[in-house]
Amino acid sequence: MFDNLPLWPARASSGAGNVDALYIFLVLVAGFMCVAIFSLIVLFALRYRRQAGREAEQIEGSNALEITWSVVPLGIFMVIFAWGAVIYFQERTPPRGATEIYVVAKQWMWKLEHVEGQREINELHVPVGRDVEMIMTSQDVIHSFYVPAFRIKQDVLPGRYTTAWFRATKPGVYHLFCAEYCGSQHSGMIGQVVVMEPAQYEAWLSGGNTSGSLASNGQNIFQQLGCVTCHRADTQGRGPNLVGVFGKPVMLEDGRTVVADENYIRESILSPSAKVVKGFKPIMPVFQGLVSEEQLTELVAYVKSLSAPPGAAGTKVQESKVQ
Amino acid sequence: MATAVITPERENYLNREYGIKSWLLTTDHKRIALLYLMSITFFFFIGGFFALLIRLELLTPAGDLVQADTYNKLFTMHGQVMIFFFLIPSIPAVLGNFLVPLMVGAKDLAFPRINLLSWYLYIIAGIMMLHCIVTGGVDTGWTFYTPFSTAFSNTKVIEAGLSIFIAGFSSILTGLNFVVTIHRMRAPGMTWSRLPLFIWAHYATSIIQLLGTPVLAVTLVLVVFERVFHLGIFDPTRGGDPLLFQHLFWFYSHPAVYIMILPAMGVVAEIVPCFSRKRIFGYKAIALSSIAIAVFGFLVWAHHMFVAGISLYSALVFSALSYLVAVPSAIKVFNWTATMYKGSITFSTPMLYAFGFIGLFTMGGLTGLFLAALGLNVHVTDTYFVIAHFHYIMVGGAVMGYLGGMHFWWPKISGRLYPEWLGKFAALIVFLGFNLTFFPQFILGYMGMPRRYWQYPPEFQVLNVLSTAGSTILAVGYVLPMVYFLWSMRYGKLADDNPWGAAGLEWQTASPPPTFNFDHEPEVTWEAYNYDQIPAPPEEVSVER
Repeated sequence: MFDNLPLWPARASSGAGNVDALYIFLVLVAGFMCVAIFSLIVLFALRYRRQAGREAEQIEGSNALEITWSVVPLGIFMVIFAWGAVIYFQERTPPRGATEIYVVAKQWMWKLEHVEGQREINELHVPVGRDVEMIMTSQDVIHSFYVPAFRIKQDVLPGRYTTAWFRATKPGVYHLFCAEYCGSQHSGMIGQVVVMEPAQYEAWLSGGNTSGSLASNGQNIFQQLGCVTCHRADTQGRGPNLVGVFGKPVMLEDGRTVVADENYIRESILSPSAKVVKGFKPIMPVFQGLVSEEQLTELVAYVKSLSAPPGAAGTKVQESKVQ
Repeated sequence: MATAVITPERENYLNREYGIKSWLLTTDHKRIALLYLMSITFFFFIGGFFALLIRLELLTPAGDLVQADTYNKLFTMHGQVMIFFFLIPSIPAVLGNFLVPLMVGAKDLAFPRINLLSWYLYIIAGIMMLHCIVTGGVDTGWTFYTPFSTAFSNTKVIEAGLSIFIAGFSSILTGLNFVVTIHRMRAPGMTWSRLPLFIWAHYATSIIQLLGTPVLAVTLVLVVFERVFHLGIFDPTRGGDPLLFQHLFWFYSHPAVYIMILPAMGVVAEIVPCFSRKRIFGYKAIALSSIAIAVFGFLVWAHHMFVAGISLYSALVFSALSYLVAVPSAIKVFNWTATMYKGSITFSTPMLYAFGFIGLFTMGGLTGLFLAALGLNVHVTDTYFVIAHFHYIMVGGAVMGYLGGMHFWWPKISGRLYPEWLGKFAALIVFLGFNLTFFPQFILGYMGMPRRYWQYPPEFQVLNVLSTAGSTILAVGYVLPMVYFLWSMRYGKLADDNPWGAAGLEWQTASPPPTFNFDHEPEVTWEAYNYDQIPAPPEEVSVER
């Protein structure tokens, strides 16, 4: 049993080592401070314990000391702050071209969808060495996607997308936890991340049961819901042409400019009048409550595929979508 | 002790009147303090009982002692009871209530009836909370995160929310009373720079109570409104924003941490000089650091939300500000330590608790540096690392300070001495039990065990077993003082007016004090902590058998 007493979880992502390095640095700093303060207390307590014939020496204080022990800790704190900020920047900035995985959390289950169309529940297969970005939302309450071996955690909120990314470095099976309390079976909302060698991963990918890629499913929904009648691939539609929109700035009717990211597309589907594109009328019907989180995910993936650079995952549908 | 000044016949606040009515309708701050003492002790043991059940459940990886839903209610109510019904009122409403008028040389608090009202509000809130607990409880976590609390939980969220809403007003009234008393009721000569640091700490605390608690009240009302009337405030399916709730909640609940810890710091600042027979080192620095903590404490709330979905740049700002608030805490620790330098130190029970406080608070504070580091926070937030960190501050810090203060002023409060050797023994037990309970949780957290887990993967078991073992030791350490304090009320040796030879006006009146505190209005002509002018007590008093 005691061989199961490591001090940290497996280190299986490109970022894990950075986090551990800062942790070890902080353990050393904190350990040093503890030892210094505790030994001073013990030293004073023994050296200056009450003895007959010796009186306490009254000392007012010392401005020099006060300044020293304010400024020096502050300096150390700023080093820690900067170091932590740099790591956080890396953790929060997914590299360009990362493979996207869509995550829909619900009480009490993780649903994961690969762009190729693979669907998984409470299990995520990823290859070693590939940047993976998760685009996550929740169907109900707040959850949190936590993989200790990757040192990443990100709350998953209802009503919007949040993202997290990692690059796995070591094949293995790692815990996936929900880290934000979400009700009765919070501690049962766990799963695993299976990191595989690329070849194995390709085999797994081709062996599974897919029902079409995310974007192509999204395209079907796009047609079923009639979106296509207004959002035409030319300039004649009553709604904006969506080709090439994703990732670009969009001028709005009220003069603002927003970047068309996942959250913008999501909002524009659910409550279209929130941000109306310049030159268009707020005539689009509200889809709040009419599409499920998964359908929304697929729609977003489809709209994104309309702007994907050639050769990127999900572009297969691009050629077929414009009629 | 041959010349005990006090005889039981002498009139004091305890024997002036008898009967339940004389207690329930009292406006004497000292009696109200005792009413609070009894009430918070009751809730402390309720909250502690929940904690023990939690630890027992976590003895094994499987969820086998209680149901998942029961477990969720246990940690929720442990948090709500301990925070709102024990920690927040603990030192201010008991020791602060008792001591603030005595220390500034006043007859009572500025608004004695409002003081009694605050206790009644607390009791109403407490009864609601108890009713809520016995009729089903709440399972939202003490944090009430939306939209779980407003749209998904099937438990008694409304009743718990309103109970805490009312408890908040009790806290506001106490803070209001202290602010006015400290401003307006100081005895002649008691200038701001002569105030004991206990008073400075309570002043800073009161400001937070006054400014922060209304925000919590508003937030809880919004939760109740959304739950009852289905407004779209926090629930995104109705157009609300769940992060808004977190901002509002932590705007109060982070400063609330300082409501809990600042008074304990005030206690330590009284104990350390007394048992070192010395002026406190850096009086001004400690006083100002209390105010600095109160001010900066309002600017760091979003460090609870680094993975919640806030923007990268606001995370940077809140991380940097969080390091700023650590500086005044560090200043305090250094000054307490320096106070011992060239002192004449005795190891009475209150001093042992003060040592315990400094040690555990230092560890709690230093691990706060880990959590404020953005990149590291992502890994350890919402794990047992956080649990360990805030228990080091709130249990290792605030509760140690509370117990130290209770031992220090018990002779003044009760007029009796507790058995000193038992006091030391209990202090040691608390210290050991505490560390065994919570230190393993730091490691558990870094290994990745999330908080609020009813069942957990088996590799976390060893550390959980250690933690549970520690909690049983800690429980013994907490029961002991209650037993010997009660015992001492009847059988303890009579206490001198000033058994520790301590500075401060409260030690210049009788033990226990008369109803109006001083026979003559005191006039202060000396600085605080004038230990050069006060003879140390004979050795045998502090080594009372």
